[in-house]
Amino acid sequence: MRYGEIGFDLEVDLSRGSIDRVDTDPNDTRLYLGGLGTNAKIMWDRVPAETEAFSPDNLLIFSSGLLCGTAAPGSNRTIVSTISPQTKLMAYSMMGGFFAPELKYAGYDKIIISGKSEELVYLWINNDKVEIRDASHLKGLGATETSEAIRKELKDPDIQVAAIGLAGENRVFYASIEQGRSSASRGGIGAVMGDKGLKAVAVRGTKDINVADPAKYMELCDDVLKYIKYRADHPIKGVPPILQGLGSPQEMAIVDEEWHTTNFTWGNSRTRRKDFWTHEIEQKWKETQENVRTRLISCHNCPMKCGATISVPGLPTYMMKCYSKLTYTMAAFSDLDFGFKIAQKATEYGVDGFSAPQAMAFGLELLEAGILTLEDFPGMPEDTEGRFYYLLEKIVRREGIGDFLADGTYWAARRIGKGAEKYDHNTIKKHEQLPLKLGMLNPVYYLMYSTGEKINITQIEGQFPQEPFATRELREEFVKDWFQVPDEKFKKYYVDWEPRGEMSNPYYPTVEASCEIVDWMEKMHYIDDALGMCAGLSSFPLKPPYHIHNYPEFVTAATGIKMNKDDVWKSATRTRTLMRALNVRRGMRRADDRPPDDHWRKRFPDLEKQLLDQYYKLKGFNEQGIPTRESLHDLEMDFVAEEFEQKGIYNNG
Amino acid sequence: MAKVTKIVKSITIDADKCNGCKACEVICSSWHATPRYSSNNPARSRIRIVRLPLRDIYLPVYAGEYTESECTGRDKYIIDGKEYNECDFCRASCPSRDLFHEPDSGLPLKCDMCEETPALAQPKCVEWCHAEALIYVEREEEVEEDKQPKLGDIEIGLGSMIDKFGLQQVLDTVARMAKP
Repeated sequence: MRYGEIGFDLEVDLSRGSIDRVDTDPNDTRLYLGGLGTNAKIMWDRVPAETEAFSPDNLLIFSSGLLCGTAAPGSNRTIVSTISPQTKLMAYSMMGGFFAPELKYAGYDKIIISGKSEELVYLWINNDKVEIRDASHLKGLGATETSEAIRKELKDPDIQVAAIGLAGENRVFYASIEQGRSSASRGGIGAVMGDKGLKAVAVRGTKDINVADPAKYMELCDDVLKYIKYRADHPIKGVPPILQGLGSPQEMAIVDEEWHTTNFTWGNSRTRRKDFWTHEIEQKWKETQENVRTRLISCHNCPMKCGATISVPGLPTYMMKCYSKLTYTMAAFSDLDFGFKIAQKATEYGVDGFSAPQAMAFGLELLEAGILTLEDFPGMPEDTEGRFYYLLEKIVRREGIGDFLADGTYWAARRIGKGAEKYDHNTIKKHEQLPLKLGMLNPVYYLMYSTGEKINITQIEGQFPQEPFATRELREEFVKDWFQVPDEKFKKYYVDWEPRGEMSNPYYPTVEASCEIVDWMEKMHYIDDALGMCAGLSSFPLKPPYHIHNYPEFVTAATGIKMNKDDVWKSATRTRTLMRALNVRRGMRRADDRPPDDHWRKRFPDLEKQLLDQYYKLKGFNEQGIPTRESLHDLEMDFVAEEFEQKGIYNNG
Repeated sequence: MAKVTKIVKSITIDADKCNGCKACEVICSSWHATPRYSSNNPARSRIRIVRLPLRDIYLPVYAGEYTESECTGRDKYIIDGKEYNECDFCRASCPSRDLFHEPDSGLPLKCDMCEETPALAQPKCVEWCHAEALIYVEREEEVEEDKQPKLGDIEIGLGSMIDKFGLQQVLDTVARMAKP
């Protein structure tokens, strides 16, 4: 028997209509832990560099993490991996909710989907019974509607469903996979699901999930719960309200949006409105939010309440989390009421809350610039809100201009031409980013934006404060109970970091310190993504309950595989390196490791070069960002080096 | 019959505060696993949440008595505009639903308030409910002295087997299984 994990994956070939239950190699658990780690290994072994996103040979993997479904609070993430149609690199998007634990209760760690079905189908996993079922009656339905329809037809309200909406069916490059209160949105994985003819995956499980050392495991879980309570009573002072506690930024609970609305950019990530937040706006938005928010809700086995049920009068009820309440609002220069209303439609259609509003604002900017004309938008309303609704409908159906915008701003700009390229100014590796434009280069963020394999800042940042507190005394106070640091030196880096002067951005933290800080932050994300732990209780917030000191104990007690801090750290290094290798094999190089040109006004090319050089060195990559033979050997991944040599990747740069 | 004072353990369920995380189901099934905490499985939990997020229904229900026959209750309740089945509120482990039956054996489950020696400060589900939807309440009550011995899990389980297969068949099976 295996502990923590189940030890079986489900292999589904939609071309042949075959379903197999296959056992997995426990040695892979030691090497990659699970979740994203083992997904990356499968992608490396089975999806060659030439395979395109919309090829039947592309895999779509729904994975639980190693700890998912155990009693560890917050261990509920589903890690979905595939080749992205937009970046053409490996996409891994994740969602919370209830899907991954249910999958493990049904007796599987992963669902590995290959091939393509000619007819629209859905997958029904009910413990040992697994069926590919006709979904023609679900065609065109919204993601939430689909989930409800499946629960109704299978007569079980406890079934967990991951579904795509119209955007996924029509292969919009930023289509999401929606699952109740959660969604896996980044990288266009919903488009791959649609391309495979897979409308939904429904799962119900009633089996046990076992752990190897029960008493120890429960002691660890209880400690985590106690610390969560402690942090609820001890918010971190001096940071914006949404960042003071644990969980995702508490967008559903908190109405104070001064930080987002005045620091983040509006429209096509253009305009900062430093004076936007007024008392009247605050009152109005508070009323809006409290009127539509029915209840704050949680994911599986997590005491945080990061999501909410949203019922806008006259619209169907839906569930929301985090920042999407503001992305449409700000892209359209509108207000929160509009944000909640359009998000209902966007959730049903299943589109990414970052990319979709950005693509719409980009389209309207091209119209304003005269690159597109009103003839490109037949029948479009005059008002901005009306225009956003109009564009959403066009995009998810790939009609007219919508077909261009459905590819995201990078590809749309190149298809449109006529100088549209310079309006695609907020992408990294062809992927839309948070709307944020700042003044002074921050060396730590420079590295994270440039090198993050997830291509999304929220999935690499965390742990280390975004800014130094104003005085040394405050910083000293902050580090007093900061036991999460992997090494005491991080406390010094923070205490010495000043808002202005010699010891401030961009030259402090130093190049070496910046690389170490990034290494710590991204390692924690990689560990979370392998274990299926929510970043909101671990790698994202300041002073989280899970950290590098208790994770090895969790892994050991759950699986019975003895791992210490170095082992877990090395496993995360291995997965991080394998992710890089996968993308290098697909053509990614140093030139791609860069933030949007206008992300900071003040740039420092020499310093940026030093930062990237040092980061690569620390990671065991060569100057092109390619993992070296030596580092691959050290990580027991000679198979990667061999393929790089065979393909001449080391020679051609 | 003689009156005695007895501590009655009960749980007040503030359904308005439930956020549907199922931590109660996880910790209940984990606590009752053998060995303790060795596994978890909400399908074995003695508390289950009737959870219909789009209708904003979150209703924690505890497993109560085993019953051999189903009832006639098919009524609907509408509370604050939300429609519930009569069944949703029922604690019984009954033949008309999967709820509160062991998923493999079909044997009934019943909440035991995590009784053990020494006693816990509160049942595990209450401890793990950070939403404070489950509130443990102890009160003293004068009750008539109950001379009946309390049925344990095995008796309740055997009782349901006897109801289903008849005493003789269960005896024969136990006798057969007892042979080396």
